[in-house]
Amino acid sequence: MTPLLAAAKVQAPDIDWAGLSPLLALLGGSIIVLMAGLLRPRAARAHVVPFLSVASFAAAIGCVLWQWDERASLIEGALMLDPLTLIVALIVCVAGIATTLIAWRDEAAQEIAHGEFFALLLMSSAGMLVLAAAQNLVSTFVGLELLSLPLYILCASHLRRASSLESGLKYLIIGSVGSATLLYGFALLYGATGATDYAEISAQLVKKGLSGDVLVLTGIGMTIVGLAFKASLAPFHQWTPDVYEGAPTPVTAFMSVATKIAAFAVIIRLFDVALLPAVDDWRPVWVAIAVISILIGNVGALGQSSLKRLLAYSSIAQAGYVLVGFVVVTELGIEAVLFYLAVYLFANMAAFAVVTLRERETAAGDDLGAMRGLGAERPLAALAMTLAMLSLAGIPATAGFIGKFRLIEAAADGGYTWLGIVIVIGSMISLAYYLPVIATMWRDEAQPAPIEPGVDPGTGRAALAGAAPEADVAARPTGGWETQLVALVMGGAILFFGIFPQPLFDLVRRGALGILGLI
Amino acid sequence: MTIHLSIVLWLPLAAGLLALLVPRAAARWVMLAGALMTLAYAIVIAVDYDTAQRGLQYVTDETWIRTLGIHYKLGVGGLNIVLLLTTAVLFAAAALWAALRDEPAERPGLYAALMGLAQSGVMGAFLAQDLALFVVFFDLMLVPFYFLTLVWGTDPEKRGAAVLKLFIYTLVGSLLMLVGAIATGVLAAEGPGSVTFVLSDLRVNLISSGSQHWIFLVFALAFLIKMPSFPFHGWMPDGYMQMPIAPLAVFTAILSKVAAYGFLQIALPLFPDAAVKYQELLLLTALASILYGSAMAFSTTQARLVLGYSSIAQLGFIVLGIFALDERGADGALLQSANHALVAAPLIFVVALLASRAGGSEDLRDMGGIATKAPVFAAVFLVLTFALLAMPGSANFIGEFMILLGVFQAKTAIAIIASLGVVMAAVYALRLYIRSMHNRVGPLVQARELSAREGLVLVPMLLVVLALALYPQFALKRGERAVAGSLGATKVVQKQQDLVAQAKARAGKDAAP
Repeated sequence: MTPLLAAAKVQAPDIDWAGLSPLLALLGGSIIVLMAGLLRPRAARAHVVPFLSVASFAAAIGCVLWQWDERASLIEGALMLDPLTLIVALIVCVAGIATTLIAWRDEAAQEIAHGEFFALLLMSSAGMLVLAAAQNLVSTFVGLELLSLPLYILCASHLRRASSLESGLKYLIIGSVGSATLLYGFALLYGATGATDYAEISAQLVKKGLSGDVLVLTGIGMTIVGLAFKASLAPFHQWTPDVYEGAPTPVTAFMSVATKIAAFAVIIRLFDVALLPAVDDWRPVWVAIAVISILIGNVGALGQSSLKRLLAYSSIAQAGYVLVGFVVVTELGIEAVLFYLAVYLFANMAAFAVVTLRERETAAGDDLGAMRGLGAERPLAALAMTLAMLSLAGIPATAGFIGKFRLIEAAADGGYTWLGIVIVIGSMISLAYYLPVIATMWRDEAQPAPIEPGVDPGTGRAALAGAAPEADVAARPTGGWETQLVALVMGGAILFFGIFPQPLFDLVRRGALGILGLI
Repeated sequence: MTIHLSIVLWLPLAAGLLALLVPRAAARWVMLAGALMTLAYAIVIAVDYDTAQRGLQYVTDETWIRTLGIHYKLGVGGLNIVLLLTTAVLFAAAALWAALRDEPAERPGLYAALMGLAQSGVMGAFLAQDLALFVVFFDLMLVPFYFLTLVWGTDPEKRGAAVLKLFIYTLVGSLLMLVGAIATGVLAAEGPGSVTFVLSDLRVNLISSGSQHWIFLVFALAFLIKMPSFPFHGWMPDGYMQMPIAPLAVFTAILSKVAAYGFLQIALPLFPDAAVKYQELLLLTALASILYGSAMAFSTTQARLVLGYSSIAQLGFIVLGIFALDERGADGALLQSANHALVAAPLIFVVALLASRAGGSEDLRDMGGIATKAPVFAAVFLVLTFALLAMPGSANFIGEFMILLGVFQAKTAIAIIASLGVVMAAVYALRLYIRSMHNRVGPLVQARELSAREGLVLVPMLLVVLALALYPQFALKRGERAVAGSLGATKVVQKQQDLVAQAKARAGKDAAP
């Protein structure tokens, strides 16, 4: 009896819990957050939920650091725990914490209910992790959808604002087109190579000599289009300004940073590993997309009066810069990509934090005019915004300069010096829209600030609650110290890594190792 | 390995940041204290500088960014010691001006911090002995001037657009220069991971002649825009009109000299083939700058722009001297860099003083007769004017003379035309003086003597100008050997080309019969 039972014992699959821990922290956190959202007291919902969200991201960061030196294949080779995954996870989680802090007092989070808002945020981050770690076409697609679906909802979470709903719907439709195209591309690649696994696809491409094959070419083409949609690269960027403008600002911040990072992780994995044998087929396409993105993004941002639209176009251009690091297909290039993405995180988060701050404090919304007089009112927030703009423009003493330096060096090293020149031409154009933002903040404005509803013009103090019809407007959330904290920390990071970038270089260096070594 | 240069480099910024923290009334004095301490330190270094010794002194060399191969390498040599001292003098004068006149009334702490950053940026560009570090400082020194003009500029309506133009114009040059610098480092590297930007290494491992050509042009463009030189001066008139006085004084005086210094320190030694190839192009640009700048300085009625256009012409002379590719010309150019800086800054202050006596207008048509009750002011202004027009006896005369001498050796025709510029300088400089100080008394003019505070700024600077006129060897002796060093590589290229030409001629002769 006993030996029989022993023989019948099912071999449990070996699960590397430690390796999966960052992912589990995010997914588990999202469930806990969802539950905490059911708490009755309003104050508890409004503060416990975001706190738990931060805690989940922090736990995920802890797991990442715990697994820092590991290198393991997870879930039967579907996912890969390697430095690239861990670095992307780190950046995404930092972005997640920053987003949570910015959204802490956001109207959108209140309207859709705190539990849902932050749970979706955590789930989307988990999707990014899966995407960054994916080792085959199927897990890539699963990660992509896990990333995208919560974002569609988050974009529309500002329920009482039509533009937010429009943004969500637009993102849903365009995002689905992107996903569908990508999926079609994947199917064709599978059809041509008979493999879904990245390493296997690469091997089959070499073995069958498929580099000029029509099926493969079509598959690569559709994959590029799909990913370009997701990463909002020109000429597949038209949705970006509308969606960024309509979505609640914290969500825009998260999308502009984290989605981009995850998208670049998958671009690196897919093209530098699986499709590397066909490099001559896809490289010219990515080069073209990089150049077009840099030019269209920078030109499109000129003359934008909405800061969110401006940053949307700027993010297209910035993604174009990052692509330059990718197309040279060297370890130096991947390192430059990761470094630049980290730097981009600091700059964009600082910028969006300040935009959110002003959206809540002034009646001007995300219009450029909201920045007026910020330098005199809140010099520290204005300093953070200034550093963010200078960093995005690539001025020395900011991390953005070092990032551009590395990208140009990677381009020159890879024989694409002219792409370096394209980068600086883009930077020149970009000065014409980054600098006016700075100018608006610091220039001494002669005209008086618009009288805010709910403020007694005589005393300048807030009118008594209930004493005026605008009382409910007066109850609008204040800027919030959390938001300002994000701006200051990110601004500080821009300055610190602009002067001492070596720690960040050491961090991202590991991420580049071994990616191209697979061939 | 010493820390002295780091102290001198960062002291102004530290003082500026300190000024942010102290009460408003003290901010300007903290800035002044910082600038004076920097000046004292710079004087000690300049006096202690050993003219007999070759190469750099006070070298600091640390790895800054290991991954990028960028070193934090500073050093003083013959090329930069005098310019370093000049920078310290000018910023001290600017700080004194601000402190004595209580400028600016608003946000003096921020002003002091930005001026400190500007001084550290300029000094860093002069001291950097690493190509990437130079580019960093070259770009960085522009940033504070953007904010200074934006917040305290002349006209609230126009200053934003003017300074945006200035910033974009000059960054077009310096961003292209960034690509050039990175390409130089990557191309000169012997293998992956050995990229270095240290100038002394790059001077040894020259890059191929083909790459030199485009990189040289990129660097030359950046320097010519910064100077500014015709035809890249589009940002100058608006930018000059809108910049506040004290920042403008240092901007016109010393930032343009960073560009001139860049030619000697970087463009000639690192890209000698290209420098020889494009010699005529640069000489013609310089000639055009001299003629255009002089003509415009003669025709404009804005006192500031007279100085602005005159500096286009003066910088033209400096470029002319450098691209004579002859020791005397380059020595003269280096001397003239210090001369012009020391004369241009006090003249900007003089323009402000003229305006304060002419009802606030800087238009020459509103001035006139200011000399009537102000003999001391007139005398100070006259001496500065003579220095600007390179009257014999001034150090400017020696500088221009050496430049023309050098060019005569290289390209006689160009030197003859350039000599016209000397005459034209006399015309526009004297016109500025006569139209403002003499002539019919302007409608709103209230002539008055230099006040003690005004004199406290101008007189020390006048003394420095006079001292250099009496003893120009101070600058020349320190510069000579280093100038010869930076021309060395181009001399080799020229000699090779001569040999090739001779050999060809001989071969032609042999083949003919």
